[in-house]
Formats: sequence, C-alpha cells, structure tokens
Amino acid sequence: MPAAVSFSHVCKTYLGARGEVRALDDVSFDIEAGEFFGLLGPNGAGKTTLISILAGLARASAGKVSVLGHDVVADYAAARRSLGIVPQELVFDPFFSVRETLRIQSGYFGVSGNDAWIDELLEGLGLADKAGANMRQLSGGMKRRVLVAQALVHRPPVIVLDEPTAGVDVELRQTLWSFVARLNKQGHTVLLTTHYLEEAEALCGRIAMLKQGRVVALDRTSNLLAGTAHQMLRFKTDDPLPPDVAAHARVTGRIAQVTARDAGEVESVLARLRAAGVRVEDLEIGRADLEDVFLEIMQGGHAPAAPAPRVAEALR
Amino acid sequence: MTGWRTLFYKEVLRFWKVSFQTVAAPVLTAVLYLLIFGHVLEDEVTVYDQVGYTSFLIPGLVMMSVLQNAFANSSSSLIQSKITGNLVFLLVTPLSHRAWFAAYVGASVVRGLVVGLGVFVVTVWFAPLRLAEPWWAVVFALLGAGMLGALGLIAGLWAEKFDQMAAFQNFIIMPMTFLAGVFYSVHSLPAVWQAASHLNPFFYMIDGFRRGFFGQSDVSPWLSLAVVAASFALVAGIALHLLRSGYKLRA
Repeated sequence: MPAAVSFSHVCKTYLGARGEVRALDDVSFDIEAGEFFGLLGPNGAGKTTLISILAGLARASAGKVSVLGHDVVADYAAARRSLGIVPQELVFDPFFSVRETLRIQSGYFGVSGNDAWIDELLEGLGLADKAGANMRQLSGGMKRRVLVAQALVHRPPVIVLDEPTAGVDVELRQTLWSFVARLNKQGHTVLLTTHYLEEAEALCGRIAMLKQGRVVALDRTSNLLAGTAHQMLRFKTDDPLPPDVAAHARVTGRIAQVTARDAGEVESVLARLRAAGVRVEDLEIGRADLEDVFLEIMQGGHAPAAPAPRVAEALR
Repeated sequence: MTGWRTLFYKEVLRFWKVSFQTVAAPVLTAVLYLLIFGHVLEDEVTVYDQVGYTSFLIPGLVMMSVLQNAFANSSSSLIQSKITGNLVFLLVTPLSHRAWFAAYVGASVVRGLVVGLGVFVVTVWFAPLRLAEPWWAVVFALLGAGMLGALGLIAGLWAEKFDQMAAFQNFIIMPMTFLAGVFYSVHSLPAVWQAASHLNPFFYMIDGFRRGFFGQSDVSPWLSLAVVAASFALVAGIALHLLRSGYKLRA
C-alpha cells in the first residue's frame, strides 16, 4: 500500500527581494496511512510552503510529492480528490450561505446528492443551526468550522490542517480535536501543523520538525520526548534571573522554566538562583514537554538522527 | 451536478444574487445613453437609409452591454476571489483548466446575454425595430460575449489589485467598445478613422450584431464572423494556456 503522503527530495526556491530564497531544502519523509502526523517549526521554516506544494497551490522546484501514490502534478486530479485541506487563512465566499458553500465545494469534487454527509459535518462541528446563515454573518470561530467542513465535504482519506487552532477559543479547539480524532480513528490520515506544541504532543503519533526549510527532527513523539532533557524546573519570581540561568530559561510573565539534564543540574540551578538572591515561589520539578524538545532542536543543541532510516524503524 | 457545472452554477448564482448591481444598473446606464444621445441626435444624424438614429443606436447599446458585462463577470469574480483569498477553495479541487475556462466564460456569456436582453426589452419601445436576419444577432452576441468573458478571465488572472483591473477596463475595454461604432456608423468617419476602426475587433462584433436587425452592415457579416471567430480563438487559446500553466495562480 502506498504511503498516504510522500515527500521525496522536495526543494523550493524563489526569487525574493534579496536574491534567491531557499524555502525548502531536500525535504523527504513519508506519512503512512492512518497516522496522526505533526509538522512543526518556527514561522518561516517552510511548513506552509510544503503543504501548499502538497495541495497544488504551489509547485516544487525539484522533487516529488504524492498522495496515496498519486503524483500531485502528473496525476493532480486523483491526488486532490484524496486530500482535504484546511487553509490557515480565514477565507470565505461572502455570496453564499453555509449550506450553499458546502454543496458547491462538494460539487467541485464531482460529489452530488451529498446532503446527508453535509448534515453530519454540520452536526459534528456544531454548525447545525448556522446552515442557512450567510458566511458574512458568522463569527471567526464559526468561519473556521466551515473551513474544516469544506475540507471534509468530499470525504478525503487524507486530511491536512494548517494551523487550525490559531486564534481559536477553547470550546472550538475541543470540538475540533474530538472531531478530527474521531476521523483519525475511522482510518483517515491526518497531517497537522500547529504552533501549540501541547496539541501536537497530545495528538500526534509522529512528528517532523522543520527549520529553515530542512527536516531537523523526525521521530515518534514519545522518542522525541525521551531523547531530550529529562527535568524541568518551573517557578514564579518577580526578580531578574542571573544571566547564566536566563540563557537557558523560558520566561512567560512571572513564570520561568529551566531545563536540567539530571538532579545535579537541578541543584546547581537552584544554587545559582539562591546566590543571585532570586526569590522563588511555587517551585515544581517535572518532566520536559515537547516545547522544550522543540526549543532545544531549534537552538541547534540537539543532533537529530538521520531522518529517513529511523522513521522506517520506528514504524515497524 | 458535477465538476465544471458546479463552478458554472456558482458563477451564475454569484452575479444573480447581486443582480440589482450586475443587471439592473447596466440596463439603466444603457437607457440613459439612449435617452440622451437619441434625443439630441435623432434629427441630426442619418445612418442607413430609412433607419432612424434611435433605431440604429439600440442594437449598438445592446451589444455594448453584452460585451462590457461579459467582461465584468469573469474579471471581477476572479479578482475578488484572488484578493479575498477564497480562490483557494477552487485551487484545491480536481477541476481541469478546461473546466475553469468553460465555467467562467459560460457564466460570463449568461451575464452578458441577460443584461443585453434587459437593455433590449427596455429600449425596444423607443423606436421601430425589426429583426431582419436574427441569426446574425444570436451568433455575434454569443461569440462576442464568449470573447469578452475569456478576456475578462485573462484580466482577472493578470491583475493583482483592483486598480490594475480598473485600468484594464478603462484603458482597453471602454475605448475599444466606444470606438467600435456603437453610437455612429463608421462610414460617417474620416477615412483615417474608418481604417483605424477596421483594426478594432469590437467593431466587427457590433457591426455583425446590427446586421441581424437591419439586414445591412458596414462590412460583410462573413468578414465580421471570420474576424470575431479568430479573435475569440486567439483570446481563448491564451486564457487556456494561462490557466494550464497556473499563471499567477500556483506559485
């Protein structure tokens, strides 16, 4: 059985204001059917470019991309029928109601008489009472739900969600994730890009990280978590951290988080804080999460294993 | 309903939902032209023998409305979808470049004909008019609307901003339609301008369309048909090529 999605030596260069920009540099990995796969990376790492090439919105400068064995250029019609894309931007057609929008999108894919599935989508995404409303009348969160329904209206086996929860309230996130998780259980392959690393940690079985257009990590989520700093110190403070601690800390308002490899390092961090006269409240020591792994990899501290062979191992 | 027919239906629905703006407004504009020019020039200008100026003007205004609205439909739909970003819903579908072409141009033809018919129905009461050779009128209305729909598609693909689109409309489409003999017979022009008019494909569309009403025209309808068909083929070829190559659609 072919991979649900296959990227093979994908490169993308374009001419920017300051000469040639290499947005993707030899990206290769496969996503197997039924996986819930996360694609992470800082802004500008190339995530959206990669997804655009997959969806046919952009063309690779070199390399091949296929969906369930269908090349996205040579066999674009079959590839696009297999793919449901939830775009990052909150776009809509102001001329139509929610139901019209979904019927039209369905028709583009050659699917007619699709109202039973459209009703199911509306129900599952909490849109049932908005079916007759014009797109312009919907709140941002509701428009986002319609985007998800549009992507699923032709029942694609592979679903791509590009930052689906950016700027979305808690309730919608819950609805969305339970809906997508259900689809994944039913056998749909899901490719997710997100900035919310706790989402990726909770949902994705496997993760690829992109940095400056290259794959810098590719592994099972559990392996990524296991292969990094084990301890995480969290505390609140009003005082400035000493520079040697601050360099390795993540600070959000009053909350500081510092990674430590082992108990000895925990002690040394605490000693340095005490020496600098930093008053610490609510101190906790816990396991590192995906955000720490991410920061470590992006700061170049972590040497990832050569991607392709390890993926194959991890899957077997 | 499948594939291109859905897109065609959506494009027709799009202008029909705002028909006050897309149909009623251009009909009103054409009626104003008729009232003002017809009133001022009725006794001043003679065209073909036994054809009053107002009678002469009506088919010209009908065809001008057909052409301008066919252009407006595909061009404004595309530029709006590009700027608001909702063209992505179409770009991710399996629709071929031929399906895009058929749907956008087909809906443009529908809009052009609906507005043209509206102008005809409202203006026909102002002067005696008969359809001497109706098939010419039908053929030129269809081909003309098709060509302008395809031209609108090209403009919609090319333009990145509304002011670029306005420039295309104001500096190319408007002068070419106004200088095509809507308001006058080119025989009333000095020789130089007559020759210049013959380089304008819009002239042949309007002249050929008028043939359907009066049974006479400035040039042979067969020559007009050849020029208009060739122009349509050229414009359609360019539009299809741009769609297939993903020009300004797929980065």
